[in-house]
Amino acid sequence: MIINHPLLGPRDAQEFTYLGDASLIDRPDWEAADAQEQFYEYAYLRDNPAGEHRELWFHEIGDRSWLVVTRNTLTHEITSVEMARDVARSKGRSK
Amino acid sequence: MRYSGLRIIKEALTGNKGWKPAWRDPEPQPAYDFVIIGGGGHGLATAYYLASTFGKKRIAVLEKGWIGGGNVGRNTTIIRSNYLLEGNGPFYEYALKLWEGLEQELNYNAMVSQRGILNLIHTDAQRTAFTRRGNAMILNGADAEMLGVEQIRARYPFLNFNDARFPIKGGLAQHRGGTVRHDAVAWGYARGADNLGVDIIQNCEVTGFRIENGVCKGVETSRGFIGAGKVASCVAGSSSRLMAKAGMRLPIESTVLQAFVTEGLKPVLPGVITFGAGHFYCSQSDKGGLVFGGDPDGYNTYAQRGNLPVVEGVMESGMALIPALGRARVLRMWGGLMDMSMDGSPIIDRTEIEGLYFNGGWCYGGFKATPASGMCYAHLLARDIPHEYATAYRFDRFRRGYMIDEKGVGAQPNLH
Ligand SMILES: Cc1cc2nc3c(=O)[nH]c(=O)nc-3n(C[C@H](O)[C@H](O)[C@H](O)COP(=O)(O)OP(=O)(O)OC[C@H]3O[C@@H](n4cnc5c(N)ncnc54)[C@H](O)[C@@H]3O)c2cc1C
Repeated sequence: MIINHPLLGPRDAQEFTYLGDASLIDRPDWEAADAQEQFYEYAYLRDNPAGEHRELWFHEIGDRSWLVVTRNTLTHEITSVEMARDVARSKGRSK
Repeated sequence: MRYSGLRIIKEALTGNKGWKPAWRDPEPQPAYDFVIIGGGGHGLATAYYLASTFGKKRIAVLEKGWIGGGNVGRNTTIIRSNYLLEGNGPFYEYALKLWEGLEQELNYNAMVSQRGILNLIHTDAQRTAFTRRGNAMILNGADAEMLGVEQIRARYPFLNFNDARFPIKGGLAQHRGGTVRHDAVAWGYARGADNLGVDIIQNCEVTGFRIENGVCKGVETSRGFIGAGKVASCVAGSSSRLMAKAGMRLPIESTVLQAFVTEGLKPVLPGVITFGAGHFYCSQSDKGGLVFGGDPDGYNTYAQRGNLPVVEGVMESGMALIPALGRARVLRMWGGLMDMSMDGSPIIDRTEIEGLYFNGGWCYGGFKATPASGMCYAHLLARDIPHEYATAYRFDRFRRGYMIDEKGVGAQPNLH
C-alpha cells in the first residue's frame, strides 16, 4: 500500500505504524458523569467495518506525523489522507 | 459408514464403489432448536458436541460458502498448550487432551501428530520468561521441558546456531504439541455431526437476525428465514460484520494473517519450531512442504489477502533461522481473516440479546482450540452456564478490567 502523505507525497506503508480506528482521536471527557462507561467503549469497542474505514497511521520512520487515512478494508484502496492534527482541530481540539 | 483398515482393503478389491458422501446436503428446515452460524472448525465442533455430549437434537450449521473454506482450512495447523495465564492455560490444555482422543472419538483420521513444538531462546531475558512459562504450563497440567543448545542441535542440526545477532541459547519444548491435518478436522467433525442428525447447510449466508422484544427468534439467510430457539455466532474473522446486524459492537478488529508453503521436500524438519528473535514458525507437512508464517499484516482488513512487506519480513526471519530455507521454492501463499480481540484472548459467552450467543476473538491461535471451543460453546448453549474451562472468556472482562493479555501489550489488537 502507498499512503499519499499530505506534506511528503506518496510513501510506502512500511514507513508507518498502524494504530486503529480514527475515533481514538475523540477521547472522552474524564469529568463526564458516565466517564467510566465512555472510556470502556473508547478503549475496547470498535465498529470494525467491511468497507470504508478512517484510521490512524503514524509516520514512524518519516516525519513522525499522525495521519488519518480513509481506506477501504475490502479492497485496500486509499481515498483520502489528512493530517490528524487538522482533523483534531476541526473537532475543536487545541492540538 | 465406519472407516477402518479392513474397509479400505474391501473397497480396494471392489473398485471403491462402496464409498458414500461423508455428510448429507440437506435443504434447510423452517426452524431448529439450535442454529450455529459458521461452518468452520469451531462451528462444526460445537454442533458435534451439542449432539454427542449433550444429546441435543434439531441442530443446523449454516455456512455461507463451503465448510472448511475459512480459517480452519487456511491455518498453519499448529497445536500446543504453552500458555502462561490462568484463564488460558487450563483451557488450551483441555483442548490438547481432546485432540489426543479425537480420531478415535470421530472414527476419522485427522492426522493428529504430536511431533513436538520448540520455542527457541536467543537472550537471557527470554530464558527467564520461558522458564516461567514452562513452570506455569506444568502447574496447569501441561508438559514442558527446557532444552540446551546441544539437545536442540541433535534434532535440528541445520539451524543458524551462531548467528551474530540472534545466537540460539536454548529452547522451551512441549513434546505433546504438534500439528493436525486442518481440513480433516472440519470434515471429521462434519461427518460426526451429520451422523448424529445435524443438518450442515452450505451456501447459506446469514444476512440478519430476527430480534423481537430483545429475544432472537431466528436468522435471515440467503436461503430464507430460519427460526431458532438459540442462535450461535461462530464466524471467526467475520464476527464484527455479523454481530453488527444485531446492533452489537465488539472488542474485536479483523486483520489478515498470511501463510506460505514450499515445494515438497524429503523429511528434514521433524517438529514445529518457532524463532524467538522475530516472528516465524515452521513445520513440515506430511506431503513434505515446509509450512510457515509470521506476523499478521496489522491493519483492519476483510480482503483475505495481505501485502508484500509482511511477506518480505517472514522470509527474512525464516532465512535468519534456517539459512537452508533459501534453497526451497515457495509454492503458494494465502491469507485468512482473523478476529483479533482487544486482549488477544477469545470470548465464548451469551450476548445481551436473549437467545443469541457468541464465540470469537480467536486471533491467529484458534485452530488448536477447536475441540475445546466446540465443547465449551456446546456446554454454554445446552446449559446456559459457562463450561468450567471457559469461565474467563466472558464479554464483561473488558469492562471489569480482567484482561487475559498473554503478551501484555494492552488494547492494541494488531500487536497480540
Ligand atoms: C494463515 C493462518 C494461520 C493460522 N495458524 C494457526 C495455527 O498454526 N494454530 C492455531 O491454533 N491457529 C492458527 N490460526 C487461527 C485459526 O485458523 C482460527 O483461529 C480458527 O480456525 C478460527 O475458527 P474457525 O475454524 O471456526 O474459523 P473459520 O474456518 O474461518 O470459520 C468461520 C466460518 O464462518 C463462515 N461465515 C462467515 N460469515 C458468515 C455468515 N454471515 N453466514 C454464514 N457463514 C458465515 C465463513 O465462511 C467460515 O467458513 C491461523 C489462521 C490463519 C489465517
